[in-house]
Parts: sequence; structure tokens; C-alpha cells
Amino acid sequence: MSTAVTEIPQDSRVHYLNVSYGVKSWLLTVDHKRIALLYLGSITFMFLVGGVAAVLMRIHLIEPAGALVQPETYNKLFSAHGIIMVFFFLVPSIPATLGNFLVPLMIGAKDLAFPKLNLLSWYIYVVGALFTLYAVISGGVDTGWTFYTPYSSTYSHSAVIPVAIGVFITGFSSILTGLNFIVTIHKMRAPGLTWFRLPLFIWTMYATSVIFILGTPVLAITIFLLGVERLFHVGIFDPALGGDPLLFQHLFWFYSHPAVYIMILPGMGVVSELIAAFSRKRIYGYTFVAYSSFAIAIISFLVWGHHMFVTGQSIYAGLIFSVLSFLVAIPSAIKVFNWTATLYKGSISYEAPMLYALGFIGLFTMGGLTGLFLASLATDVHLSGTYFIVAHFHYIMVGGAVMAYMGGLHYWWPKITGRMYPDMWARVAAVIIFVGFNLTFFPQFMLGYLGMPRRYAVYPPEFQVFNVMSSAGASILGIGYLIPLVYFIWSMRYGPIAPANPWKAKGLEWTVPSPPPTENFEETPIVTEEAYNYAPIPEGQHG
Amino acid sequence: MADLVAHGAARGDGHGSAEAHSPDLKHHFDNMTQQFDAANLGMWVFLATEVLFFGGLFASYTVYRSLYLPGFEIGSHLLDVRFGAANTAVLICSSLTMALAIRAAQTGQRNAQVVLLVLTMILGAAFLGIKFTFEWRNDYLEHLVPGVNFTYRPEWGANAPHVQMFFVFYFIMTSIHALHMIIGIGLLSVLAWMAARGRFSPEYYTPLEVSGLYWHFVDIVWIFLFPLLYLIGGRYGMGGGH
Amino acid sequence: MNAAIHQFTANLLAASLPIHPPTASTIGQGVDYLYFFLTGITLFFTILIFSIIFYFMVKYHRRSDDELPGFVGTSAMLEITWTLIPVLICAGIFVWASYLYFENSRPPNASMEMFVVGKQWMWHIQHPEGPREINELHVPVGVPVKLTMTSEDVIHDFSIPAFRIKKDVLPGRYSSIWFQATKTGIYHFYCAQYCGTDHARMIGWVYVMTADDYAGWLSGGVRGESMAQNGERLFTQLGCITCHVADNTGLCPTLVGVFNHPVKLKDGRTVVADDAYLRNAIVNPNSNPLPNYAPVMPSFQGQINEEQLLQLIAYIKSLGPEERKSAGK
Repeated sequence: MSTAVTEIPQDSRVHYLNVSYGVKSWLLTVDHKRIALLYLGSITFMFLVGGVAAVLMRIHLIEPAGALVQPETYNKLFSAHGIIMVFFFLVPSIPATLGNFLVPLMIGAKDLAFPKLNLLSWYIYVVGALFTLYAVISGGVDTGWTFYTPYSSTYSHSAVIPVAIGVFITGFSSILTGLNFIVTIHKMRAPGLTWFRLPLFIWTMYATSVIFILGTPVLAITIFLLGVERLFHVGIFDPALGGDPLLFQHLFWFYSHPAVYIMILPGMGVVSELIAAFSRKRIYGYTFVAYSSFAIAIISFLVWGHHMFVTGQSIYAGLIFSVLSFLVAIPSAIKVFNWTATLYKGSISYEAPMLYALGFIGLFTMGGLTGLFLASLATDVHLSGTYFIVAHFHYIMVGGAVMAYMGGLHYWWPKITGRMYPDMWARVAAVIIFVGFNLTFFPQFMLGYLGMPRRYAVYPPEFQVFNVMSSAGASILGIGYLIPLVYFIWSMRYGPIAPANPWKAKGLEWTVPSPPPTENFEETPIVTEEAYNYAPIPEGQHG
Repeated sequence: MADLVAHGAARGDGHGSAEAHSPDLKHHFDNMTQQFDAANLGMWVFLATEVLFFGGLFASYTVYRSLYLPGFEIGSHLLDVRFGAANTAVLICSSLTMALAIRAAQTGQRNAQVVLLVLTMILGAAFLGIKFTFEWRNDYLEHLVPGVNFTYRPEWGANAPHVQMFFVFYFIMTSIHALHMIIGIGLLSVLAWMAARGRFSPEYYTPLEVSGLYWHFVDIVWIFLFPLLYLIGGRYGMGGGH
Repeated sequence: MNAAIHQFTANLLAASLPIHPPTASTIGQGVDYLYFFLTGITLFFTILIFSIIFYFMVKYHRRSDDELPGFVGTSAMLEITWTLIPVLICAGIFVWASYLYFENSRPPNASMEMFVVGKQWMWHIQHPEGPREINELHVPVGVPVKLTMTSEDVIHDFSIPAFRIKKDVLPGRYSSIWFQATKTGIYHFYCAQYCGTDHARMIGWVYVMTADDYAGWLSGGVRGESMAQNGERLFTQLGCITCHVADNTGLCPTLVGVFNHPVKLKDGRTVVADDAYLRNAIVNPNSNPLPNYAPVMPSFQGQINEEQLLQLIAYIKSLGPEERKSAGK
């Protein structure tokens, strides 16, 4: 399918990257595409910081007695790793980079509803990140990213307050982004773009934004209460004064469980786009997949207690949270089956984005199914607090969300930068990442079943073999992540110039030049067909 | 691909070119209606986040109140319900003046807008005045501020830590509410200045509308806070207490 | 020859690459069956999805740059089928797991009781007969054992992987778990809730012994006092005895027979005087006022630690009738 736009040599065409130069034009931009790139830079930096912590941890764990650091430092490393990766990388990653860039483009709008608020979101993120980095540098925090009381409120001698402030501030960045997306998707869709013609990425952005809006404020108040308790010791979570340390856990997990769906739903949206584009077919069961995103967002608010099965909460509460946790798995399963079915009679190509998407499906399936072990009360007792949990969530967060993020970055890179990256290197890196990832985290399932608890700076010798395997895998994984860093940067200068639609994909974002002009669309598009309309839908049928 | 994008006229819902070129229309919106709707929806979504924010606080308060009702009753009785009631009346009036200010904008009455906005600010300040200079000052003098000078009294007996817990939540809830009031008054001052310069008209009063929503929300939070904090525990002989 | 190689490989694997933890409790096998079933489901669906994907990738791989496949409609029947099947599987797993969990959460009657106090970063264990251990737990095989646990400081978690049990240990309250060991031997226990700097060193060993060996261990070693005897000493030292006179003539009610007995409170409620009630009465007296008694008891919070509290409670228990089955604990 030929592109509708004649290619003009790159220099003479004005687009959002070259329309103005200078630091001020970037730091004061209100263009959603530039803001997306500001986020891309910041979260990549935070990913590297969190990654360094992980590398140090895995080196340390090569030996049972610890190979690198003192336990106190190890505790600070795993805390930094978790806090940075969760709050400063995974939560914003796809929404703030790909979401910011693509939401207006995919719906035919010129920008988000509130462009200045969008820029403010980025600044809030940066301020929060600086607070947290300051805390890390000034000694770090050793409470884990979960900040359980009373350790964090009364006993820890580490920089809890600065980190708490940093996370509190950054939460507002999420809230404002979510607000922006919801209003934009409701009010600024192009004519003809009904809800069920939207790309599935938009559906997941919307569902994610609902979680941003409803969940993040509860984290904010939780952190606030923790700060008050730590500063004033008035007994909010202190049993000696009538407080309940478990109240902290309920409040914390009320946000943090939906938060993990914040981290995976956008990835699912990306995967829907990738599968459709690289099999040139409409996603099978489009309507079911769309509703599943919503179902996941809603049910995610009802399952927080499955993080607390062994805390002594009533077994009846455990039953309810267990059944709801099984329920939340179903929409995810529906998505996996629909993605797989999309491949049937498709026209499938194996560029790097597709490799990442397929890797996502496999690893997310495994990670999700290991969640059933944890939703099951009897097995959760044995596995709770062990490396099984660590492996489970890394399969979903890294094997799932990060791979989807990488796939999306590759897929939309030509649109964002106007350049192609070298696909052969990209495929090699994708395979290295896949192999390294499994080698790192599969042994951790074994460790968990054997009983090795998590957050252990030292461990009994019989766990060493699996720990060494895991660390070896981590080195491969690290190399895998460095390769794209190199070729993406290289491509911005030396990559071949990309056409408007290098993948010959459907979607409004592919109808504008690569990179797009600042105002996205010269004239507002009018949408007359369904999403992923590779083959027209016959009369009487539904997609 | 050609079908997907029909190059048509800029979308609009029939408003004339005058509106498309309204100086208040931001470039990424198509018409004033869309812009107004977006601002409205944005504020409602923001208020939803505020509901969850206060909700977490209310939930924690509810947990402790159900565990420690005697201590919480003692604490509640130590608050002066007259001040609380006065503040409630003040806030309700301020919501009235705010709504009237928006009405004045909708009917193009510039002076009325300014007067009513200033009145709203005064009422808001009155609320804060009553709270800070009467209630909180009294609490400080009576050693009822946790983390600062809270002192157990013998007549509280074993309930003493729970009386403190009540005051912890009292101060956290009312201070976060007060912070929202202060932000609201700040917003109002900007709006009053804008109104004085004739910024608002029947065609454009969006900032007033969304700020009004915010102000009413802060009022409603107080409507919940007042009974939760001031009116628990059979002080008027209804049901006899425990 | 084959047998030798087999044995050697098994030894090598066991020594360097353990896959399966020891199963040394009555509930262990049940949990393991569920675990293996879940592993089977995981492997089955992962392999299924991977295989189908791989098959489609090969069969439908793009042959020309402009290739466009035809329309494939969604079958609602298929959607419903692959929704219902996971629902049924999940329902089955849920029922199985919950049933196991219920069974495993109820200690049998006549469990032998032991008391665990966790504090940064060690475990203190007390046997009612007197012996105390640090980071070690001696138990007899084949006898149900109930552990009543609390923390002196932060939240810990007492975990015995070989028995497939763990429970959080919280400050200010008691939590309990139970097990019945099936094999003698030595097994790890761990702290499984992050609790600070030396969380990873807060580990120890469970020694499962034959009944005779256990009896021998109990009576051997330094002859100390039983928990109840320690408690009685504390009862006098702290002055409890001046008010809680046995014949009920003092300022406060007698404690004879109070353990696990219903108590009517001033506000009309009736509660059972179990471990938690007694602990609360000592550290938070007058929080549940009694009719006919003035609220004059001072609090002992901060004056005694959790282990001493358990000893006092053991003494009070010793005053009462035989311990009845406490509901749900």
C-alpha cells in the first residue's frame, strides 16, 4: 500500500523536532510529542540507575555470604531498585512516553486536552525523581519499596522521609497524566471515531488512566500518614499507642495492586497494536479485548488482600480476595487467546517489534499463570515472602511490560524520530534479552519453592547454584538492554530516513509524516472505518 | 489507507466562524464548546482523585473509630460544636456566593462577579479564621495537639491513647481540608482580579465554572468532616451513647 | 553399573541442585499435590500457547511485501468457550486450595503449645515446661504443635518451608500456626518478612525428634523453671498478687479459672478470656472495663517484655480448669 504523502528530503520539511531549537524550546514546550521525549530521556536515566542497583545485587548474591556489600547496603540496594523501577520507570514508562506521543495522533487530535498540564506533569516527575535520587545518594532507604510499618515508621534509621516525599510528588505526575488522557479520549476524538473504532492501545490508555485517577491518591495519603507517624510518633501505625501496622498494608496495597495493572495494561495495548500490524489483521475479538481492559482495571481494585494472606487477616477475607484474584486473571487470559487467534491466517513478519510482542505473550502467560499459585490460598502460604514472588512479578514486569515497552519503542521509533533503527541488531538484542531474562528469573521460581525468602542479603549454601545461574542470566540480560541503547542513539544520526508508514500499518498515526509536524494533522481526519481495517469487514459480520 | 482519512472540513458543530476565531479558543480545540466540556470533565476527574485522597483518610478514621469508640467520643466532646456549626454555615454561604458569581458571569454582570467572588473569599477566610484562631488555638492551649503538646488526662483512663488518635485524625483531616481552602482562596483571588478586568463573559467563563466545582467540593468535604468529627457520641442524649 | 550411575546422579543433584524441599509435615503432601497440579497447568498452557504461536508463525509467515490477508470474523462461541474453560479451571483450583487452607488453619485439639517471640534479629522460643531456645525449635515427631507468636518490635514472619507453613508475627498481638512433623530431621526456619538490617540472619533450625528423644531433651540441660513457674514469680514480683487475690476478696477479680472463660464486660458484651484478652488486660488495663470493679489497674506496658507476658499468661492458665479448645485460634 503506497503512502499518501510524497517523501520530501528530511532537511526541508518542518516537523516537531526541527521547528525550533534550543534548550528553552524543549523545557518550555507544550507539544505532547516533545514532552514524550522529555519523559523518554528521564525514565531511561532512572531505568539505568535502577538497573545498576540490580546488577550490584546480583553480583552480591553470587556467594551465600554475600560477595559485594554489607547487609545494610544490600537492603538499601534492593529498596532503591524497587522504588526506582516501580515508581520512576514502570509506572510512567509506556503511558508517559508512548502514550503522550501517540494518544492525540491515534485519535486525530492536535494535542492532549491540557498541554501545559502535560508539561507540568513532567516537571513534577523530575522533582520527585530528584528528591528520591537525593535520598539514595545521602545514604539511601532500607525499607523495601513497600515501606511496611512499624519498621519504616519507627525503627529504620534511613532516609525514609525524603524518599516518601519523592514518591508523593511523583504520584501527582501520574494523576495529571491520567486526567489528561481521560479528558482527551472523551472529548477530542476525530469525527467518526466512535469508541469501538478506537485502537486497542487507546482502550488500555484509558483503563490505565482510570487506575491512575482512583488509585494514586490513596498512595499519596498513605505516604502522608507514614510521614506524620515517622515525624511525630503519634501512633497511627504503632500498636503500643493503639495503632494498627496492618492498616498501612491495606492502604498501601489498595494502590499498589492496581499499580501493577498500571504497569501491564499499557503493555497489553502495545502488544495489540504490534500483533495487528505485524500480522496485518484486525485483532481477533476486538470487542472482547476492549472490554477486558476495562474489566482488569475495575477488578484490580478488589484484590489487594492477596498480598496479605499470611498477615493474620481473617480466613474469610482471604477467601474473598482469593476468588477475586482468580477472577482478575480471566480477562488477561482472554487477551492472550485473542492475540494468538489473530495470527491465524495472518501475514506474519518477524521484525523486532513482533519478536518482542510474541515474547511478551509467552512470558506474560507464564508469569500470569504463576499468579494462580499465589491466588491459591494453600500454596500462597508456602510461597509468600519467597523468591517465587520475585520471579512471578519479574516475569510480568520485565518479561511482560518491559518487553512490550521495547517492542513499542521499536515499532514507533520511525514515527518518533524519522529514522529507522537497524533491525538485524534489534532482533539479535530481542533474542538476547529473551534468553537472559529466562536464565535470570526461572531459577528464582525454584528458589522460592525451596523456601529461600526474598530480600535476603545472605543465604544458606544450598541455594547457591540457582543464585549463580540467576546472576549469570542477569549479565546476559544487561547486555541485551545495552544494545538497543547504543543503536537507538546511533540511528538518530545515522539511521536511514523513515517513510510515513514503514510497516504499512493501519492507524491514524501512520497517515502523518515521520516525524509528524507539530500540529499533527493539517486537516482533521474523518474516520470512516473500523480499527485495523486491513481487510474490510463484510456486511453482517462483526470483527 | 485512503478511506481512513477523508480530508474534510475542520470538525465543528455548526458554530459560525466567529466562534472558531474566538480569542479564547486554544489552538488544539475545535470550538469553545469542546474546550468548555474538556475543562469541566477535567475538573470532575480531578475531584474524583480528591475523593479517593480524602477517602483513604476517612477510611483510616473509620477503622480507628470503630475500634476505639469511647476514646473517640471523649475526643469529639472536647471539640466545640458551636465553632464547627458556624464554620459549616460559613461554607454553605460561600458556596452560594460562588454559584451566584458564576451566574453573574453568565448574565454579563461584571461588578456582581467581583463582589461575589470577593465575598466568597471573605467567607473562606472567615472559615479559616474561626478554625485557626479559635479552635486550633484553644486546642493548643489545652494541650490537645498530638506530636506537639498532647497531654493525657487522668479522667481518660485507658482511653488516653485513643483520644490522642482522635486528635491525630482531627488535625490531619482539618489541616488537609484547610490547605485545600487556602488553595481555593488563592484561586479565587486570581479569578476576582480577572473578573475585575472584564475577562469573563457569557461566552467565556470556564475558569469560574471549574473553580466553582472545586470550591463546592471543598465545601462538601467539610459537610462530611463536621458530623464525623464533631457530632459523634450521644452528646445530645440520643440513644444514650454506647 | 546403571544403579551406581543413577545413585551418583541423584546424589549430585541432591547435593548441588535441589529442586524439591523436604516434605516433613502432615499438610506438606497436600500442598505439594496442588503445587504440582498448578505447575502442570502452567506448563500445559505455556507450551500450548507457544506451540500455537510457533505453528502460526511458520504457516502464515509473510510471503510478499504487499501481502494482505482476508477477513476472519470473530466467533462468539469460541470466545465464550475460552472464557468458560479458564473460569472452570480457576474455580476448581480455588475450591481445592481454599479447602486445603481451611483444613491447614485449624490446629487439632490437644496440640502441644510452644511460644515464639521474634525480635530484631533473633527468635526466642519458650516451651511451657521451661526450656528456652534461641533460633532453635525442638519438637517431637508425630504430635501436633501449635506456635503462638508475637513480636517485640517490627513485623516478622516465621516460616518453615519443609512444613509448608508460615505466618506473620506482629507486635502487639498474637498470631498462631500449627504443624505436625512427620519425619525426624533438621529443617530450616526463616524470617520471611523483611525486618531490617539482619533480616537474612534471622534464621534457625527445627529439630524434629522422636518422642523419647524429645522428652529427654526437655528434661536434660539446665534445669530451669517452667513458663508457669516463671509467670508465678513475676505475678508476685510485679504486685499482681496484692489485688488479684485468689479467694476473690481483693480489689480485683480472682484469676482462678478465668482462662478461656466467658467474661461479661461493663458495656454488656461478653468476651472469652483467651491469650489475646489476657495480654490486653495486662498492657491496656481498663480498656474493657468490668462491671462492679473500679478501673484502677495500672498498665504494665514497657515494664515487661513479650516473653514475660507469655509466662504470666502461662501462669494464669495454670490456675484455671483444663484448657478448652479455643475457638478458631
